[in-house]
Amino acid sequence: MSVLADQVYLLARRSVVRTARQPANVIAPLVFPMLLLAVNSGGLKAETRLPGFPTTSFVAFALAVPFIQGALFATMNAGTDLARDIQTGFLSRLSLTPMRGIALLAGQLGGVVTMGAVQAAVYLSVGLIVGVRLASGPAGVVVLFAFAILVSLGFGALGAFAALRTGSGEAVQSLFPVFFVFLFLSSMNIPRNLIEATWFRDVATANPVSYLLECVRSLIITGWDAQALALGFGIAGFITALALALASWALRVRMART
Amino acid sequence: MRTLAVARAVAWRTLHNVFTNPSLFVPSLLFPLFFFTAFAGGLSRVRDVPGFDYKEGYTAFQFVFVLLQSAAFGGVFTGFGIARDFESGFARRLLLAAPNRTGIVLGYAAAAVGRWMATATVLTVIALAVGMHVGGNGVDLFGLYALALLLNIAALLWAAGVAMRFRTMQAGPVMQFPVFLVLFFAPVYVPLTLLSGWIHAIATVNPVTRVVEAGRGLLAGSPTEVAVAFGAAVALVLAFSIWAFRGLRSAEAAGA
Repeated sequence: MSVLADQVYLLARRSVVRTARQPANVIAPLVFPMLLLAVNSGGLKAETRLPGFPTTSFVAFALAVPFIQGALFATMNAGTDLARDIQTGFLSRLSLTPMRGIALLAGQLGGVVTMGAVQAAVYLSVGLIVGVRLASGPAGVVVLFAFAILVSLGFGALGAFAALRTGSGEAVQSLFPVFFVFLFLSSMNIPRNLIEATWFRDVATANPVSYLLECVRSLIITGWDAQALALGFGIAGFITALALALASWALRVRMART
Repeated sequence: MRTLAVARAVAWRTLHNVFTNPSLFVPSLLFPLFFFTAFAGGLSRVRDVPGFDYKEGYTAFQFVFVLLQSAAFGGVFTGFGIARDFESGFARRLLLAAPNRTGIVLGYAAAAVGRWMATATVLTVIALAVGMHVGGNGVDLFGLYALALLLNIAALLWAAGVAMRFRTMQAGPVMQFPVFLVLFFAPVYVPLTLLSGWIHAIATVNPVTRVVEAGRGLLAGSPTEVAVAFGAAVALVLAFSIWAFRGLRSAEAAGA
């Protein structure tokens, strides 16, 4: 057990250090979501005057978006790094050692989860600085971090799966627009009940990203909403379990010793 | 004449590459359509915000922004191609072979226009198909597309200047990010009068705001600040022309 723990620790440390040494991989997930938050909260502030809008602060409403957008960056970072390991032959060399495959996956995702926690801390701090207060109180912060870590883990595992299946960093990068489409066709900018176009409301309702956003949003502007939390954690947990299973299978295939 | 011959050759090659390679053309076509869908479809209730008085409706309101955005990003995407030409060594051979190098920049600009015209055609057809209201007459619409064309050329010249200085695809974010910022610091979702605070202050001094607001006025058939918008767009083209041609000199000095 301690050997496995050592392997996981070393690979997680490598993952974090490697990310930290590439400023673009650190800065982009922190700055880009904050920039989008600034642009959208400035441009759509007037939306809070619509009857039925759940808060008077659009920043509070939109603060959920960076948490999910940050997870998309986790997908890209985890997948691209792992794909690079495949392309450079690092994974092949590892497969010649006694290292267990699960340690590689756990280590890689450990780094992603660490980055996810750092991102969540930055997003929340920025929100607090600009005056957002969590309706769920200090306990809500704990739940928010747990959710951010779960989502980072799930999306990171999806990135790892894509990398292990394709072995190509470019293929992983090409997933980004797909995830971006899911983000924009959700309740990202307006509550679902205020979406006027029926087809768009239906798409947003069928889109799991809407429920991830609404889970975070409930902690910020509603307080303790059991349904939103159950849906958010349930969907995030399902994505994580599915992605981990797929990534483990892909890893076994990739590391098959012949 | 030699300048035109070089420009024609560069433009033809660039357009041939773009239109025969789906991975180059499809994203630049799909992104505006996607933004149009997400903004016009998802945010249509914004027209009910007190003070929102754009008479042609939210679809037309967003169409103008997305048309201008497609123009700007058409220029930036063509800039990516210039950087790729430098990375592959093609630009070095082009600099050696071209009897007049000014034609190289003109050729890339013509290609950016051709590429954007294809995107604009598809976007316009789809917008009309989903029932977008158009209040402007032919002259107004010509003005709207002329503004977009100027923005397309300005963005290409900006991206070309960056590509010719850095000569690597890694400069992609440097080309793209400022354009993204300038576009989104304009009144994207609501008219300028409904913005408040810091974003209103930035949008007021942002030259793209004039272009967006005038474009919306032209589509609605009630032109406002058109001369100021054309002035701002032409100023951008002139400023980025200097930037691009200095970039060309920089590439020449470096031996590409």
